[in-house]
Amino acid sequence: MNDLVEIVGLTKAYDARNIAVNNMTLTLPKGRIIGLLGPNGSGKTTLIKMMNGLLVPTQGSIKINGHFPGAETKARVAYLPDKTYLNHSQKVSELLVFYQDFYQDFEIDKAKKMLENLGIDPSSKMKTLSKGTKEKVQLILVMSRNADLYILDEPIAGVDPAARDYILKTIINNYNPEASIILATHLIGDIESVLDEVIFLRYGQLVLYNSVDNIREQQGKSVDAYFREVFAC
Amino acid sequence: MAWELDSDRPIYAQLVERIQMQIISGYYPPGGKLPSVRDLATEAAVNPNTMQKAFAELERSGLIITQRTSGRTVTEDIGMIGEIKQELAKEHLKDFIEKMKELGITKEEILSLISESVN
Repeated sequence: MNDLVEIVGLTKAYDARNIAVNNMTLTLPKGRIIGLLGPNGSGKTTLIKMMNGLLVPTQGSIKINGHFPGAETKARVAYLPDKTYLNHSQKVSELLVFYQDFYQDFEIDKAKKMLENLGIDPSSKMKTLSKGTKEKVQLILVMSRNADLYILDEPIAGVDPAARDYILKTIINNYNPEASIILATHLIGDIESVLDEVIFLRYGQLVLYNSVDNIREQQGKSVDAYFREVFAC
Repeated sequence: MAWELDSDRPIYAQLVERIQMQIISGYYPPGGKLPSVRDLATEAAVNPNTMQKAFAELERSGLIITQRTSGRTVTEDIGMIGEIKQELAKEHLKDFIEKMKELGITKEEILSLISESVN
């Protein structure tokens, strides 16, 4: 079965007027790097939270590898939220052990190697690290898991261009045909060439799901430029 | 280090062009080994599936050969490489001559300009 994520008629309505995700139907295959794009408030984070079992749908369903979000999927989904949830008074080395404890699929040696490559001292406390370095640490922790689905919410937003390049190369290098990565971001131009496909969301609804190359071919412009056209204010 | 790619054209087509150029220029010599899809994708900073698509296209054209045990190599058919080189050269010439015509430069002027530049 090549379908990794099956979304059917998915709706999350907070009340009659606040419908964050509206009747979404979408199937995502394995082995893809997919961009989740849309203006603020378009439902990206709500969708991501439902995939992670942090929110419950009002209607419809999500299945990851055939399972509804729950303990089983949480063991196979690696989530990098846009706001850190890690304990800042802990040292990086302590976080490595924490992750190892928590996740069976965590490859601690891989993480250590990446930290070494970036010159990050494992004995540093998170709170002493710069914003960019913190983001790199969090990404390393998530990418060192051997998951079926990686969900990265704005992984490159607060970092300098060189760090962005490193993060994107790490993502490319970690590519695994059995897993997929969903990358939610506003920095479309920066990551376009790393994406297989993109999802455009607006007002909680699916506007399009297509490959980067198809969009460039059909529209004669980059996905970034096409996005600006579709979502022009 | 990432390859410079136009943002308004499909990526895989540009990858095909670039690798083709590297083969024709001898950067990857006839019979020579090519890097893996993953390594080249990382170097180019593009999606591995897209790089795979480019490789598949080059295999289809016969420029690249996949051997089960030893990975991908450039064809040893120097004739084929030479033909593609000629075709690309002609395309560039065509563009150049059209531009010269637009400028109103005569055939004789074109020839003497080229002679000057090449020497």
